Amino acid sequence: MDASTKRAGPAHRSLMLLLMVYLMLPLLATCIYAFAKEWQTTVLPARWTLEWFSGMFRDLRFLESLWTSLYLCLLGVAISLLVMLPAVFVITIYMPRLESLMKGIVVLPYAVPGVVAAVGLIRAYSSGPLNISGTAYILLGAYFVVVLPYMYQGIRNSLLTVSAGPLLSAAELLGASRMRALATVILPNIWPGVLVSALLSFSVLFGEFVLTNMLVGGRIQTIQVYLYQRMGESGHMASAIAITYFVFILILSALLMKLGQKVNGGMKG
Amino acid sequence: MKRSNRWMWLGLVPFLAMVLLFQLIPVVSMVAGSLKPATGSGISFGFYARILQSAYYMQAIKNSLLISAASSAIGIVVGLACAYAITRFPARTRDRLLMLSNMTSNFQGVPLAFAYIVLLGSNGVFTLLFKQWGWSVFADFDLYSWSGLVLVYVYFQVPLALLLLYPSFYGIRDQWREAASMLGASRWQFWTSVGLPVLSPAVFGTLGILFANAMGAYATAYALVGGNYNLLAVRIGSLVAGDVVNQPQLGNALAVILALTTLLAVFLNHKMTQRTRKLDAVLGAGQHAAPKRRRQLRSWTPAAPAAAKEEL
Repeated sequence: MDASTKRAGPAHRSLMLLLMVYLMLPLLATCIYAFAKEWQTTVLPARWTLEWFSGMFRDLRFLESLWTSLYLCLLGVAISLLVMLPAVFVITIYMPRLESLMKGIVVLPYAVPGVVAAVGLIRAYSSGPLNISGTAYILLGAYFVVVLPYMYQGIRNSLLTVSAGPLLSAAELLGASRMRALATVILPNIWPGVLVSALLSFSVLFGEFVLTNMLVGGRIQTIQVYLYQRMGESGHMASAIAITYFVFILILSALLMKLGQKVNGGMKG
Repeated sequence: MKRSNRWMWLGLVPFLAMVLLFQLIPVVSMVAGSLKPATGSGISFGFYARILQSAYYMQAIKNSLLISAASSAIGIVVGLACAYAITRFPARTRDRLLMLSNMTSNFQGVPLAFAYIVLLGSNGVFTLLFKQWGWSVFADFDLYSWSGLVLVYVYFQVPLALLLLYPSFYGIRDQWREAASMLGASRWQFWTSVGLPVLSPAVFGTLGILFANAMGAYATAYALVGGNYNLLAVRIGSLVAGDVVNQPQLGNALAVILALTTLLAVFLNHKMTQRTRKLDAVLGAGQHAAPKRRRQLRSWTPAAPAAAKEEL
């Protein structure tokens, strides 16, 4: 498609406009609701206020759930990194024949809905030798499976783009031990790409509700569970929480995109 | 190199352990649970039989299938139109538009359900406004019913469809269009006999993803209707982790049924992707650089899988 044919007619423009309005409308409404003092019978609220936001930050339960979410998601990503980095490295560099098997394992979470995964986990671990049902352990295990596809894809891509195999051989040829070559040559090179997938995984986990609610609902409160509980109580407050959550995710994805562009730029260069 | 390679297996051990513990054992346990008779030992299809005979659970399955089919169908049609429109914009605008729809796809699950309650719920802003203005068309619209659920589902289906579909429009060459018009084909004829057939694997593949996405959607439905609307995913949730009714084994059987439908849908996507690849290989002799770069970029655009994920 060359530039001359690229002309969006009025039909295309209005279609896109309609789509954007449609997509932005719920967001916008939540945002307005979070700042509205009274919003009953007018197109825009009659009076505006910040009290819902101040109330939110004064609410200890909100801060606690935010902290719980951050803590659990960071832990989940850290575990995933620790486990996936060596595994993907070994498979990609030394056992490429096993790659299709690995891909099969890694893609499975896409096809299995969260509800189903939760059902299996609850049955497997609510009795027997490993009775971890309802604890953070089972949740972290579930989180590991959730981010599996993103982590695998990200780490593998980074390893392939920096040609980790030849790089490693070169370092070893020059006398570095394998561990040293890994630590000083491979890791620094794949770090940006790995960071992108870690951030992506984090944002996925941060928005996770199904598993958290079903596996540890009531016992551990993440931000999503808290939001769900507040929904019934105060609409305005819940809007403030939803908007704060969304802004947080937005900042995260902006960061992600910047980093992703950098990684892509490096790939081209 | 060879000598120390055997130690490399060690790097795989934690991975295999985690996958075994949290992916394979739960699935096996779930299937085993669904096949265990209520009392005694052996294999029994008793729970499946009970589901088949129960009007209540059959209704849940039917509702889920219908909502998924309807929301995927609407999603794919709107997604196709928008994906085509988006390719007609200059690259910069296109990327902005994609970013926006990408961004909104982060807005799903509980917050999305909540936003719709604010907008169209029984005390929603629009609901009250319309009532005041006397617009009776919306008087019998109920957010917590079938049409409301479809409306909310479509919201997360459209951006997903758009993101999955728009790259395939770059596979349609301008030369084909020129050739077709030179041979006397109208725009309409070009799309029905060349454009859409070329797109069809991508369309059916995306349809599979959308369907699986809707079937597995739990957070949105749960936050929106709670237990009040009979859906498969919600039913499973309440059977397994609910406070009142607790029949985990029935939940296992329902979960297996749900997993089978989503696996089937994802399998369709897989088959269609293979077909697209074959098509690419046949047509790909004169690939120009642009679509290639697109594809590469796509692997870094986390949007599509991220959006697919939450609901899966």
